Amino acid sequence: MHIMEGFLPVEHAVGWTLASAPFVAWGLHSIKKRIDEQPEQRMLLGVAAAFSFVLSALKLPSVTGSCSHPTGTGLGALLFGPAAMAPIGAVVLLFQALLLAHGGLTTLGANLFSMAIVGPFVAVGIFRLARGLKLSFAISVFLAASLADLMTYVTTSAQLAWAFPDPLGGFTASFAKFASIFAITQIPLAISEGLLTVVIFNALARFNPQELRDMKLLPTNEARA
Amino acid sequence: MKRHQNLLLLIAVVLLAALPLWLVQKPAPDAEGKVTEIFAGADNKAKDLIGVIAPDYRPWFEPILEPASGEISSLLFALQAALGAGFIGYYLGASLTREKMRREMAKQMAQEQEKQTRAD
Repeated sequence: MHIMEGFLPVEHAVGWTLASAPFVAWGLHSIKKRIDEQPEQRMLLGVAAAFSFVLSALKLPSVTGSCSHPTGTGLGALLFGPAAMAPIGAVVLLFQALLLAHGGLTTLGANLFSMAIVGPFVAVGIFRLARGLKLSFAISVFLAASLADLMTYVTTSAQLAWAFPDPLGGFTASFAKFASIFAITQIPLAISEGLLTVVIFNALARFNPQELRDMKLLPTNEARA
Repeated sequence: MKRHQNLLLLIAVVLLAALPLWLVQKPAPDAEGKVTEIFAGADNKAKDLIGVIAPDYRPWFEPILEPASGEISSLLFALQAALGAGFIGYYLGASLTREKMRREMAKQMAQEQEKQTRAD
């Protein structure tokens, strides 16, 4: 989902940066508030960041014959709220943009928007919906994380289609082309991300049930989800 | 089942990653005998598609620092994954130990209480 350095027209680059900036500020504020109230959750915040670090470094082969990577933003969004992932995603994307020439500074805003804003908000929305429908904790986490991953890549496709509409078919035709590269490739990877997020939640629910209950993720009678 | 859930999930992830390697066939070389690479990055494919849709577009900014080679770039990706995995491993290990000590403490307290009630 990394749009490469310089590959968005200037107006788009500036626009996405302006769109993402308030979310990063909101996220920083919400993280600070949470850590002030519950300093013992600092380590867990580190885990959320670390999870995103690992998953976004794993380039996995997909059935379409190309490679892509998961994003790992679902975990942090469910633990710390959707806004919290914006600054964490910014750290991950900056690391990759500056050291790896993967993504870029001019495209940071757009990449942030798809990975660290759309993804986390989708994760939290789907999780609440799934829990509201009385789906089990594990299924809800799986759906939240995998759809967040998928929607991130759909967003990237839309961003590119908006910047580079097809000369004949316009936005729609261009979106279909970019989506066939990003979104289709991503389907098995999104499933992997969903499964891995359930794995880490299982581990956390086993060793840190109190923290998860404090976050109202686990009801008191469902510690071993 | 519950006990093996994580193991099964991890096996599923490995299969999801490994199956494409079997399923996807290497395309036949084209007329000039050039073989198209399979399992290239989707990001690169998108870049190529931009070139097709808007052939006149020129990127207006260059990466400040580019890994000197593919090897260096995989070194940095491995470093990124190692940092993350290391931290998660540390946290889970610390949590496991804390949980164990908490349980032992509770057991000890219960025993002492029992002794006390007997002494009374």
